[in-house]
Amino acid sequence: MDTKLEIAKSEPIWNTNNRVISIIAGLIIILFVLPLFGMNSFYLHLFIMIFMHAVMAQSWNVIAGFSGQISLGHGAFFGIGAYATSFFYMEYGITPWISIFFGMFVSAIFAVLIGIPMLRLSGHYFAIATLLIGISFQVVFQRWDLVGAASGLWVTMTPEDSWSALQFHSSKAPYYYVFLIFFLITFFLVWLLSRSKLGYRLRAVRDDPQAALSLCINVSNYKIIAYVISAMIMAPMGSLFAQYILIIDPDRVFNIEISIIVLLITVLGGIGNVWGPIIGAAILVPISEYSRIYLGGTGGAVDLIFYGLILMIICIFRPNGLISFIPKDILERKKQR
Amino acid sequence: MKILTVENLSKSFGGIHANKDISFDVEEGSILGVIGPNGAGKSTLFDLITGFTKPDAGKVKFFDKNIFGISPDKISNLGVGRTFQKLKPFADQTLLENVMIGAFVKEKDIKRARDRALEIIDFVDLIEKRHHFAKELSTGQRKRLEMARAMAIDPKLLLMDEVTGGVDQKTIPGLVELVKKLKKTGVTIITIEHNINIIMEISDNVLALDQGKRIAFGEPKEIQNNKQVIDAYLGTFDAA
Repeated sequence: MDTKLEIAKSEPIWNTNNRVISIIAGLIIILFVLPLFGMNSFYLHLFIMIFMHAVMAQSWNVIAGFSGQISLGHGAFFGIGAYATSFFYMEYGITPWISIFFGMFVSAIFAVLIGIPMLRLSGHYFAIATLLIGISFQVVFQRWDLVGAASGLWVTMTPEDSWSALQFHSSKAPYYYVFLIFFLITFFLVWLLSRSKLGYRLRAVRDDPQAALSLCINVSNYKIIAYVISAMIMAPMGSLFAQYILIIDPDRVFNIEISIIVLLITVLGGIGNVWGPIIGAAILVPISEYSRIYLGGTGGAVDLIFYGLILMIICIFRPNGLISFIPKDILERKKQR
Repeated sequence: MKILTVENLSKSFGGIHANKDISFDVEEGSILGVIGPNGAGKSTLFDLITGFTKPDAGKVKFFDKNIFGISPDKISNLGVGRTFQKLKPFADQTLLENVMIGAFVKEKDIKRARDRALEIIDFVDLIEKRHHFAKELSTGQRKRLEMARAMAIDPKLLLMDEVTGGVDQKTIPGLVELVKKLKKTGVTIITIEHNINIIMEISDNVLALDQGKRIAFGEPKEIQNNKQVIDAYLGTFDAA
């Protein structure tokens, strides 16, 4: 019997750190009970934005961090999700709980249609192409009368049927829980993805497409799969956002800023890591909100300058993102030297 | 039984013939050594066989199946593994993860893929390095990683591009032994090698290329004494 081999085989597949699991469980419980302690409207909004941006960044993390394709037009799927929910609700009275899935489905279709030609490109070319695709969605919706053109859609208020209509007017707390649950489900699914055969294969495509090809991996198909998954994660956030603000227009939901911010959050937190988008959103969203409050308004773009400065510091001193501050033995399997 | 049959395989880049009318075949379970000076078209030949470069003309048959012009993932799926001259490990992943990606071809379950990967890593004598990131390994260890990763897809035919290239003298014998050990598993090997002594030691047949053309094909002893091969490697002297 080969002792070293048998020892290796007897190791658990994943390095489960009970302390980390306890901390995560504790944080989830805290997040669930937090609104019960009388959080005011601003803090509820702040957390809603953190959950939403964390999921959006996670969506971008799947295509960019896992499969290595830098998409600069990911806001398109956010907008598709937003319009799908609002349009079906207003035109046909379909509850947003169902039309969220329409948004995901339509986003997936567009991801395939865009992905087939675009993912033949790589690196900068793919990034530029997706940037233009993202902008073109905004232009099309600005001129599309069926969906309100540049004026957008004003979601009909139905305060008497809040849960079915997914709109809450007296408190932000229900929105908080809806976003929180989507956030937790998304992270759990992406965490499973990262540990699955698909996750391994996507990372192979990211690290070296040629080597991946030599291991029976159809690189083009896997890139499209990653793009579709990514789009399907992004779309529900657009849907929920539309129900949250109840008014959507192309400048708001197809804005290039959405595509850029999800990139910044992921890079700040740590690209290619499931936890990166959470850390990035938990830090960048409050900075963004507070800098807007204290430095924005009459101060012109001072908030954005401040925001950019933080990012430059991180990129220079922590290129692997803030996740790199966490001790490696927590994130990686222990090495035997 | 012939595992690979190559007939009149040609590829040009612009006006340059990287490979021209190359023909040879490989017996199952044997080792074919491919030699030739730099720029002879050895790596291009590998790329043509494995689908990484589309050939202009010719035939490539793996057993009885025509694999001419098929995509690399489909060819590897048939059982043709390869390593690369310029090493291509998944640098930010551990050795175990690198090999598991290959093992997933045969094993759908993650634990079985892990166990299979570990067996192969043990076979290439790197079991203690299994949790090291590929970027932390030495060149020799990365060569073993690539072999292990290619073996993980359970290939019938394995193409290895310069197994001993770029490693120090002490590492070479271990790699040569590993190739011999691999052959004993029944896998057919085609290997590109610059070190003639190694080629003569491990090969059942040798294919010699020069300027994209086949200049000799046969048993090592024949090749060693072939005038064209000697000229290609050492050059010819013009009598003044």
